[in-house]
Amino acid sequence: MLIIEQKSLDEMYRDALQSFPDECCGFFFGKEIGEERTVTNILTVNNSKEGDKKRRFEIAPKDYLNAEKFADENELQLLGVYHSHPNHPAVPSEHDRIAAQPFFSYVIISVKERMIADIRSWQLNDNLQFEEESIEKQSINQNK
Amino acid sequence: MATIIIPTPLRKFTNNTARLNIQAKDVKGVVNELTFNFPDLKKHLLDEQGNIRSFVNVFVGDEDIRNLQQEQTPIKEETVISIVPAIAGGKA
Repeated sequence: MLIIEQKSLDEMYRDALQSFPDECCGFFFGKEIGEERTVTNILTVNNSKEGDKKRRFEIAPKDYLNAEKFADENELQLLGVYHSHPNHPAVPSEHDRIAAQPFFSYVIISVKERMIADIRSWQLNDNLQFEEESIEKQSINQNK
Repeated sequence: MATIIIPTPLRKFTNNTARLNIQAKDVKGVVNELTFNFPDLKKHLLDEQGNIRSFVNVFVGDEDIRNLQQEQTPIKEETVISIVPAIAGGKA
């Protein structure tokens, strides 16, 4: 299960809406305890895809290295990657699957007509196929 | 020995080790040694022909090996090698 703190959720939604109609992308960090992953920090990054950003995203290697550094320096785990699907469901494409890494959670935010329509998270299984993981949205009050 | 930095998503295949020291003369040798010691890494690093997958970037210092001598890039004692997964995707 992926538990996303409200402020992190808000940051991802803001990025998805501001980037529309292009795809946004970024990393998220937190802690993994047993089967639960709690997202506490977001790092938005530039979609470095050259060409059609309305249906593709790419993260530059230097941004990836910065994300690993951020995790190290803040004693957090790099838990995964988020990106948006403008005017498209929050379901991974074959292109998403081929490029996906093990371990990471892949959060997809569906944006329709400048509104957040859905958010879902996916992980590769041992057969390199995506499986959905549940998301729990955690408000700050619940966290205390 | 050269130091190789394992990215977070691949650490579950290296007993959660982030940094490894490997003796080799070039990048190809480092990757061979790595996949020999941690065979579960193979399908994530190499394609069916045994070449480094297109979705995996290897950096020697700050430079992508594609801008150096690819897998034949020589390695020295103090070399730091980073495996950098390509992060990409999109709705179609």
